[in-house]
Amino acid sequence: MAYTIAAISTAPGEGGIGIVRVSGPESKSLMKRLMLCCPENIEPRHAYFGKVVRDSSDACAEVIDEAVFLFMKGPASYTGEDMLEIQGHGSNVSLRQILSAVLSSGLSDVRMADPGEFTKLAFLNGKMDLSQAEAVIDIIKAKTDISLGIAEDQRAGRLSQTIREIRGTLLDVLAQMAVDIDYPDEDYELDDAAAYTELIDQIRWVKTGVDDLLATVSIGRIAREGVRAVIAGKPNAGKSSLMNAILGEGRVIVTDVPGTTRDTVEESASLGGVPIVLVDTAGLRESDDIVEKIGIERTEQAIAGADLIILVLDGSRELDEEDNQVLSFVEKMNSNNILVVINKEDLGQTVTEATVLERLPGVRIISTSLVGRDAVEAARKISDAVGEMFDLGGINVRETNIVTNERHVHLLRKASADLEESAAMLQNGEPIEVAELSAHYAYEALGAIIGEEVGEEILNTVFSKFCLGK
Amino acid sequence: MDRNSNDYRIIVIGAGHAGCEAGLVCARLGMKTAMFCTDIDSVAMMPCNPSIGGTGKGHLVRELDALGGEMGLNIDKTFIQSKMLNTSKGPAVHSLRAQADKEKYHQEMLKTIRAQENLDLIEDEVTELVLVENTEVSGSKAGRCIAGVRTASGKEYCCDEVVICTGTFLAGKIFIGDDVRISGPSGLRPATRLGENLRELGFPIRRFKTGTPARMHKDTLNYDVMTEQLGDEKIVPFSFMNEDKEYDIDQISCWLSYTNETTHKIILDNIEKSAMYSGNIVGVGPRYCPSIEDKVSRFKDRKRHQLFVEPEGLDTDLMYIQGMSSSLPEDVQHAFYATIPGLEHAEILSPAYAIEYDCVDPLSLKPSLESKLVDGLFCAGQFNGSSGYEEAASQGLIAGINAVCRLTGKEPLVLRRDQAYIGVLIDDLVTKGTNEPYRIMTSRAEYRLLLRQDNADRRLTAIGYEYGSVTEERYQRYLAKKARVDAEAARLRAKRVDIDAFRAFLTKHEVDKVLAACAGDPEKTAQLERKRNEIKETSNQCFADILKRPGIFYDDLADIDDETRPSLTENEKTEVEVMLKYDGYIRKQVSEVEKLRSLEDKKLSESLDYNSIGGLRLEARQKLSNIRPRTVGQASRISGVSPADINVLLVYLEKEMRYDHKI
Repeated sequence: MAYTIAAISTAPGEGGIGIVRVSGPESKSLMKRLMLCCPENIEPRHAYFGKVVRDSSDACAEVIDEAVFLFMKGPASYTGEDMLEIQGHGSNVSLRQILSAVLSSGLSDVRMADPGEFTKLAFLNGKMDLSQAEAVIDIIKAKTDISLGIAEDQRAGRLSQTIREIRGTLLDVLAQMAVDIDYPDEDYELDDAAAYTELIDQIRWVKTGVDDLLATVSIGRIAREGVRAVIAGKPNAGKSSLMNAILGEGRVIVTDVPGTTRDTVEESASLGGVPIVLVDTAGLRESDDIVEKIGIERTEQAIAGADLIILVLDGSRELDEEDNQVLSFVEKMNSNNILVVINKEDLGQTVTEATVLERLPGVRIISTSLVGRDAVEAARKISDAVGEMFDLGGINVRETNIVTNERHVHLLRKASADLEESAAMLQNGEPIEVAELSAHYAYEALGAIIGEEVGEEILNTVFSKFCLGK
Repeated sequence: MDRNSNDYRIIVIGAGHAGCEAGLVCARLGMKTAMFCTDIDSVAMMPCNPSIGGTGKGHLVRELDALGGEMGLNIDKTFIQSKMLNTSKGPAVHSLRAQADKEKYHQEMLKTIRAQENLDLIEDEVTELVLVENTEVSGSKAGRCIAGVRTASGKEYCCDEVVICTGTFLAGKIFIGDDVRISGPSGLRPATRLGENLRELGFPIRRFKTGTPARMHKDTLNYDVMTEQLGDEKIVPFSFMNEDKEYDIDQISCWLSYTNETTHKIILDNIEKSAMYSGNIVGVGPRYCPSIEDKVSRFKDRKRHQLFVEPEGLDTDLMYIQGMSSSLPEDVQHAFYATIPGLEHAEILSPAYAIEYDCVDPLSLKPSLESKLVDGLFCAGQFNGSSGYEEAASQGLIAGINAVCRLTGKEPLVLRRDQAYIGVLIDDLVTKGTNEPYRIMTSRAEYRLLLRQDNADRRLTAIGYEYGSVTEERYQRYLAKKARVDAEAARLRAKRVDIDAFRAFLTKHEVDKVLAACAGDPEKTAQLERKRNEIKETSNQCFADILKRPGIFYDDLADIDDETRPSLTENEKTEVEVMLKYDGYIRKQVSEVEKLRSLEDKKLSESLDYNSIGGLRLEARQKLSNIRPRTVGQASRISGVSPADINVLLVYLEKEMRYDHKI
């Protein structure tokens, strides 16, 4: 097999450890790329402990997790090919990040494994004993039945309904293109600019449908894992007080995870009905220069990966250099994801809401005091604000169009990119039969989500919608 | 049967487009061959539209030609109008179509056949296949094989193999309203007994239907109210062998007109008189070629349907009314045709009719087009459930080549889907089957960008040479052309000019040329101004990359080319241009092909017992046992065989392989 496949191999859900598994010729290169300070000569079947990053050649790459790397040289591996196992912490977030780092490595032909594909490779590469052959078939069947079962579940759900609708529209577009190509003599030729513009609009409209589904990916994650909230602000602005106030108010504290691998503290809470993972960057800057520099970078990264930034400002003093530095990170974020808390109202307000809005237009602002009894009131205000900002409105993940499956996300991204390519090609005056291929690939990718193969339906649509022939 | 002087190695039944290709190639490959037809007039007859080629079909003719077939050469001798379709689109779907002089087409082919060594043309109706029990144990199963044929005149001919190409003649039945006649196309005598014989021998025979419009007298039409359709100024021939020929002929015109609501009302008022609606016809018709009553009743919101009036030749009064086939009674036909502008006073020389005929379920064929039921029996053309002259001819050539391969012990020629439209056509027929007369379409080919008409010779001529159907002369010409094209492509990949000349060239083509078109549009003018500035920053590119820019063509590069350019034919220039311009897309498709290639390389034994493979679902077992695919790739295209079934097959093969190794 020329391509390399990858998947999360442990069962979904919280666990002590989780494994991302890779099989194929790029396994070794992927280990070198993802492991910080990877040794030049990797010894097969040896456990290497190291930090996982997206790109080890990038000096400032963010550490995703710490993990045990295990390289196995083919044929002495489960699949018979070169394999890599990355055994990290069992959180969904970090495993998905590791998988995404593998898939987006830029190495050629690395893709998501299909259900049961590792096992399939193992059989194809002769890793199974003859006497096991019957059992092998049963395993494959079981795997497929599971995937069939999954497809059945989706068939009943709204996601497949939506994908079917999107595909239906795309099918019309494809039929129109097929008629244009195969029946140039008939009345249906797209022979003017207006017809082309309409076709491009239709493709873009289909793409919007796909993108809307992709946009739910983060909602899906939030619903399952919580809003990732970062408390930012200079020292003594009141970050720790804020954290304590919120945790005091927090109705459910699920777990308490001390930051063993990161220099941040994470706490889980529920604010306004929204599950929250609070990331406190407190203390990062209270050290000597070098550490401070690292601290700034970490803060920046934490902010970039956050769903919500709670920026705490000391309202009693003019904004200074340090505030400006934090503001410059925060500015880059979408204002819908920023909540500014102007603290120390009790000491008199120097920093006004107007001043803040000047720097961060459209943000939500709470002026309060985080000491004493006021803290309870402050926490309630913050809780209400977060509840409104992340209005999940009792979303039931199982019944709503929320894309949660990594394979689906992968296929939707592919479909979206193919559709964009198709529309762009038509716009740039490239031939329709080339643009049609990209649209066709998108149709196949969408079909793969709901387990439908592409058969005769394009031709069927051609003949039922268009009157053709001699 | 005793062998006598009547003996042939191969007998071809039928002399239509499939039969001619099959007969010629068998004889050319050295086999003593006979072609049988019920009537000499049926040789290469065009009983329906007077044209060869069109989208997809034009590709087939080019491929046929690249393999040494006759159709391309014959139409080049006899065309009266030529047109390249789809020129507003990319080169992958450019398609050549020529209007033929039907009588001349027939005469020229007849001449070629009569002049062919090893080939006899016999006017007699084959009524029976003579089979014997296969005594040789080929593989594991003993079966029947061909021994000869019997004819209506009472003669018996021995032969080793038969190629059936009966077209619409087999038990042909013509319908005009409630008038039903036993007849072949164009009133020729049908083959009445062979169909029955095939049914008795256990062949899965079914009925298909097709139709043809009325023919009108050319002097009774009013051309002033129809739109003239001219041929192309620059004529491109079909055959590679004619590539450097100049064609200077007076082309005839076709004419465009439309039906109207009065036409539709007459048709709908009389719809129950149509043979299609009265239930007389049991055969299945093609969806892409509906009758006018079908169009009118299915697409009620369309206020008009277009039709083309096409001459059937230079020395005939017949005009073909394309788009208006029907099985309504003659008086109704008179009434509705007369409502059409230009046809008001038309004299109908022969009415539209529907024709029903016997054909075989192509799932009973191997990819070589040999029957799975009788060894040495090959089948081609409309008999296999296809429709169209080009589809028929393609199968005829392949069936002929494979009939010879079987006698010489060579592996059959099976073209893959990424190699040729012919491969797509035959694979679709024998793998998926068809429920209506099958027509090729570019949308049926998943590797369309690779299967272009400009590179048909590059894809197939070497293969034809290996099988002996391509002459030494053609092969040498092909090699020389290939060398010229490759050398020029390599030169353009390496060639650069100095940066100023390059920028001036871009400014000329991408700014100055389009400037006039957007005069007065400030937005577009500003866009062009930005473009002009961009060009100033552009860095140098090789010629191959410059060609990738939209709107820049091979000839344009002459402006900045300071070397002597090789003298290339138009076709060669096109090939260089397409090779470089679509390089990226072509590569993408090649990598798609390679991904699936491993499945195509995994062979499945013909005698594989699918019932013994645990894990296959019941439906898959039945389909696989019935169709008996040659490769896992082919198996994966059978409807009803799921990816899970394919996995089971792969595991089974792996097991078999290991078992073989151990022994």
